[in-house]
Amino acid sequence: MLSIKNLYARIEDNGQEIIKGLNLEVPTGQVHAIMGPNGSGKSTLSYVLAGKEDYEVTEGSVELDGEDLLELEADERANKGVFLAFQYPLEIPGVGTMTFLKAALNAQRRARDEGEISTPDFIKMVRQHASDLGIDQDMLKRSLNVGFSGGEKKRAEILQMSLLQPKLAILDETDSGLDIDALKVVSDGVNRLRSPDRSFVVITHYQRLLNYIKPDVVHVMSKGRIVRSGGPELALELEKNGYAEYVEAA
Amino acid sequence: MNTAVRPIKTAAENALVEQFTAAKARLPGNRDAREKAFGAVVEGLPHRRVEEWKYTDLRALMRDAKPLADLPTDAQVAAVDRKRVLTSFDASKIVFANGSLIESLSDLGKLPAGVEAVSLAKAYASDLPLLARFGEAEAPEDNAAIALNTAFVSDGVLIRIAAGTKVDRPLHLAFGQDGEGHASYARILIVVEDDAKVEIVESHFGEGHHQTNSYVELLAGDRTDINLIKLQAESLDTQHLATLAIKLGAESSLQTVAVARGSDVARQQVFVKFEGDNTKASLNGISLSGARRHLDTTFFADHASYGCESRELFKSVLDGDSRSVFQGKILVRQNAQKTDGRMMSRALMLSEGSEADLKPELEIYADDVQCAHGATCGALDEDHLFYLMARGISKIDAQAILVEAFVGEVLDMVEDEGLKDALAVVTNSWLMARD
Repeated sequence: MLSIKNLYARIEDNGQEIIKGLNLEVPTGQVHAIMGPNGSGKSTLSYVLAGKEDYEVTEGSVELDGEDLLELEADERANKGVFLAFQYPLEIPGVGTMTFLKAALNAQRRARDEGEISTPDFIKMVRQHASDLGIDQDMLKRSLNVGFSGGEKKRAEILQMSLLQPKLAILDETDSGLDIDALKVVSDGVNRLRSPDRSFVVITHYQRLLNYIKPDVVHVMSKGRIVRSGGPELALELEKNGYAEYVEAA
Repeated sequence: MNTAVRPIKTAAENALVEQFTAAKARLPGNRDAREKAFGAVVEGLPHRRVEEWKYTDLRALMRDAKPLADLPTDAQVAAVDRKRVLTSFDASKIVFANGSLIESLSDLGKLPAGVEAVSLAKAYASDLPLLARFGEAEAPEDNAAIALNTAFVSDGVLIRIAAGTKVDRPLHLAFGQDGEGHASYARILIVVEDDAKVEIVESHFGEGHHQTNSYVELLAGDRTDINLIKLQAESLDTQHLATLAIKLGAESSLQTVAVARGSDVARQQVFVKFEGDNTKASLNGISLSGARRHLDTTFFADHASYGCESRELFKSVLDGDSRSVFQGKILVRQNAQKTDGRMMSRALMLSEGSEADLKPELEIYADDVQCAHGATCGALDEDHLFYLMARGISKIDAQAILVEAFVGEVLDMVEDEGLKDALAVVTNSWLMARD
């Protein structure tokens, strides 16, 4: 279970406060969607959960299964099972996709005392997951995300998630930049990973994604806080009425 | 060069005069050339007010002048043999210990067909005609590193690749040092005749506080295809001065990759002269510095012919309080129309205390050319680091992955996979030590 209590966070460089007293609980096995207008702090929340150093938490707590995440570096959080699917996956020239995947997988296995995976097993595993996601083998031979289309980058993120099998997956606008076909492939990939042992936080502007990834709970975020929570029907209401009332109310 | 006469002051300068006076009678070869070369040094070592040495003040950096190395003992030869680097790839070896060519460790007798190699000592003794070709690449004779080499050199090798020979086994020139505190000088002439193809690897390694000086001159004919790889992995207490002077004929192709990992103070000078039309050269380097080390690459491309292409990519990674220098100049002479020159230098700084000096220059007298240069320096991209760490990779491993990617762009130019892997291991060993 992810438990966020009274969280305040600001940008380290300029002190601007973005998260202002946010509370959120995501029980293990559930999918929670966070929707909200631009600038409401959704992406910042995802970065704060993943441990990006540009943000400073000034108050509150974040726990995953009772463990304080805020005390941990980004890599340690990942090794505890936190995964962030980036809104804009970074292109890293010169770092081979396979090299990167193997380094990540083995880092996590080492952290859990599982021992490193053998190269043949690794390749077999990547091929299987890649083929499920319609990822071309050629893509895996390239530098990480370099020359990938927007859709390919998002698929590559889901591939990483499938390999790393996190406890908590945060999807930051994974639907942005995807056409309908790619959206379906990516959603199928996410749905395959749904399990009673895994929680999802799905951040999105649009209800459309939630047709494919059915959430248990929908939250509305505005001005750095969760201002309303409800069932899947809340997403439909937002789609119809927009965010205006939350922007004004909050 | 600043030619103002000033009294010799430093300990190193005094010692050089004493050593030259003592040694000149027994040094082989053309005594007048030695005297003349030493004349350039006797004025004093170059310092920061001499533009070419502004960032590498040799006068200040060279605290003393080590005595000329004696002929190596059997134990030293054996030690050099043990410490050889890049041993995993197959090549015909020519091995030097403390500056002397060691025939017993070398494959001089079983070189591929079309390849001749004679030690400089033997060439002097027999007055080999090939000796007359030294200097043909027209590197500046009064350059301090070159002048010191000319004054003191006692051994080296002259290599000739006969016209039309495609050498299928690389040559490996291995320069090892053993013992404590000597100066060793080596001079290498490589003549690649028309239509020949060859790959030459040069490695520098060893232990001790030495001063090494190597001068490699490469004279390439027309339609030649040449690959040069250099690994400078001298001990971290060594001063390494190296010159590569190249003259290229027409319609040829040259690629060089140099990795500087060792030495306390090192300067790699490259002079390339494009003497024939439509030749392509790609000259690349990596330097890895840490602690208080100082690594310099000084590069000069002289486009004197029509339609030549030069590509330079130099990357340095710095840690600790180290300093890296890149000075690169492309000169396009008036008749060198359709020259296409691009030079890029990048420094990646891993510490607050490091300093990178990048000085690219273009000097163009022709009006129909394409030339560009770029220089960047900066730290690792924090967003890249975060992306890797967000997948569970530790900060130190993430840094290593990004540094390997940074230098990988240069290493990837090495075609021989075994050699590329060996150079990647060198990079990795530096990353672990950051020294």
